[in-house]
Amino acid sequence: MKKLQHLFAKIKPKFWDIRPSKARDQILFNYRKVWLISIFMLTVVSLVPLIMFMIFNFRLAHEAIQEENRMRTARLTSNTRRTIAYFLEERLDALRFIIQEKPLRTLMNYEELIYLLRNLQMGFGGYIDIGMIDSYGTQINYAGPFDLQGKNYSNQHCFIRAVKDGACVSDVFLGYRKLPHMIIALKLPRQDGSFYILRTTLDIQKLIQILSSLELSENSDAFLCNLDGFIQTPSKYYGEILKKVHLPIPKYSPHTQVIEATDKTGNPILIGYAYIQNSPFILMLVKQSKEIMKGWYTLRDQMIWLFCGSSIIILIVIFGMSTFMLDRVYDADQTRLKAMERLEGSSRLISVGRLAAGVAHEINNPLAVINENAGLLKDLFNLKKEYKRDEQMMELIDAVLESVERCGEITRQLLGFARHFEPEVKPLQLKRVLSEVLSFHRKEALYRNISINMDIPEDIPVIYSDHGSLQQIFLNLINNAFQAMSDNGGRLDIIANKQENDTIAISIRDNGCGISSEDQKKIFEPFFTTKGLKGGTGLGLSITYGLVRKLNGDISVQSKNGEGTTFTVTLPINSKGDFQNENLAR
Amino acid sequence: MKILLVDDEEKFISRLAERLKLRGFDADWTTTCDGAILKAGTEKYDLAVLDVKMPCMSGIEIKKRIMQRAPNMKFIFVTGHGSEEDYDMGTKEGSFYIIKPFKIETLVEKIEQALNL
Repeated sequence: MKKLQHLFAKIKPKFWDIRPSKARDQILFNYRKVWLISIFMLTVVSLVPLIMFMIFNFRLAHEAIQEENRMRTARLTSNTRRTIAYFLEERLDALRFIIQEKPLRTLMNYEELIYLLRNLQMGFGGYIDIGMIDSYGTQINYAGPFDLQGKNYSNQHCFIRAVKDGACVSDVFLGYRKLPHMIIALKLPRQDGSFYILRTTLDIQKLIQILSSLELSENSDAFLCNLDGFIQTPSKYYGEILKKVHLPIPKYSPHTQVIEATDKTGNPILIGYAYIQNSPFILMLVKQSKEIMKGWYTLRDQMIWLFCGSSIIILIVIFGMSTFMLDRVYDADQTRLKAMERLEGSSRLISVGRLAAGVAHEINNPLAVINENAGLLKDLFNLKKEYKRDEQMMELIDAVLESVERCGEITRQLLGFARHFEPEVKPLQLKRVLSEVLSFHRKEALYRNISINMDIPEDIPVIYSDHGSLQQIFLNLINNAFQAMSDNGGRLDIIANKQENDTIAISIRDNGCGISSEDQKKIFEPFFTTKGLKGGTGLGLSITYGLVRKLNGDISVQSKNGEGTTFTVTLPINSKGDFQNENLAR
Repeated sequence: MKILLVDDEEKFISRLAERLKLRGFDADWTTTCDGAILKAGTEKYDLAVLDVKMPCMSGIEIKKRIMQRAPNMKFIFVTGHGSEEDYDMGTKEGSFYIIKPFKIETLVEKIEQALNL
């Protein structure tokens, strides 16, 4: 279970843990729900037809193979029946020929009978003996290997049948010789109304040979049984000879039939059976369903594997595609949200910038009035000795002038923030620009025990940008870093890397006091300052932001309270030609 | 040196004129455009300090009018509405540009530069 959870954690979509929220600026889209619906719908649409197709094919193939097996069994049974029927018919016809051709006295002659038997054995085969029986059932002439002269057959079924019907093919039975054999008997009527019966014994080995010559598999069986269900030729699996067969005996039909049944162990079997004409025999051909359906089982297994394989591939593709698509939607939404946030931020900055610039303009005129009036006052005081000596008075005037100057500085910064200066783009060595800026801070760093580490690869490309803007950007950020670090020492890292999209990222990292996550959201807004009474105007980072944007770059901040801050400025290697579109803070 | 100061804010321009006088300049002032053009035509000034945005017309326009009568005059533009456009115009016209509020020393410095003193 843990492994499954671990696996899911690896493959789950990006948005899996994102829950929809009605709060402003939050995710409104239930990605997980859409993803699940997408997977469910695609699975249903893909797998249902596949399952239907598989079931349909499954049944069709099963029925086709079953029908094929029935046909084969029926064909083999029919062929075998014809062979056996022909065998019996041939022997019966031979006897009919003898009756028609040979005079009675020949048949009554012992030597003639032996001669006849030999000819039959040579010509047709399968005859064991031959005998003549009078109308009382006594065998009056006999040629054969047993001593059956004088035996009475009047009670024998075949004798009675032959008397009645003129001919008889008997069941297999033991008789006087105590060996399984069968009889063919023919009635020889006399003109005086009396009759004789020509009786021959057939070797059932011939029948056994016919049946054993069938090409049957190991578990299949072919044998004869009589109408009462007693086995007439040896069976491999369904009982001994002359014993009752352990299978259902089908009803009479002139045609070959195939039925499905189960053997005594419950295994399904296929029985082909055929009643053999003019004989008491039923041919039974038994095949184990398991064996004859082997082809079906192989096909079934292949179909199941195919289905499982296809299903797994389909599910993987559906999962992958749904995840990929929804991930892209999620990414696009995230990008859109961020863009909107930035746009909102930029718009806010622009509006605030314009407002600030407007305020600055309006304040400058009254400030000039105050400045000139206070200045004139100071000039006049300087002319008169008694006033010039009045330090308190002079301090008051200086305070007014200083305040005016400070206000003037603020309004100038505001105008600087809002104003658009045409940048001069030229090739610049980033390392040189940074070194120039750092040269302002070397002494302070030494005094405050701040180590400065600059890691700029030698192969960093020349950047086409505005020198003044870059200096201003780095100066502001390095100033901020210095102010964030304590006087007991610190570390400033400046790292530059070339990015994939033809930009260079410059990170300025300090280990100072850091910025809270709340403050990070407002840090680029004008007038936002954390320096409080230390005199920050709250315009430094706003101006930096404006400059970076004007250079078509980007600036971001990562910070943690008490651990330090990293400002990352991303600048295009070539800013040329893009300035016309830049309209920030105008 | 005779200097003409033009700004619609009387409390500003009159005090500025006083301060320049204290620094040895012969400063005269007016708060109207017509007054400025008239004065520049009748009296000989070396330099004019013009507000960029007067209610009647722009400082640039005043400069053009004055130049017709006194082509050798120098100009310094002052404005509380400092903007890029002002800066461009100021420099294109070959004049100096200064944003209110400013120190008197800065103005004096610009005057001296303009007059090559």
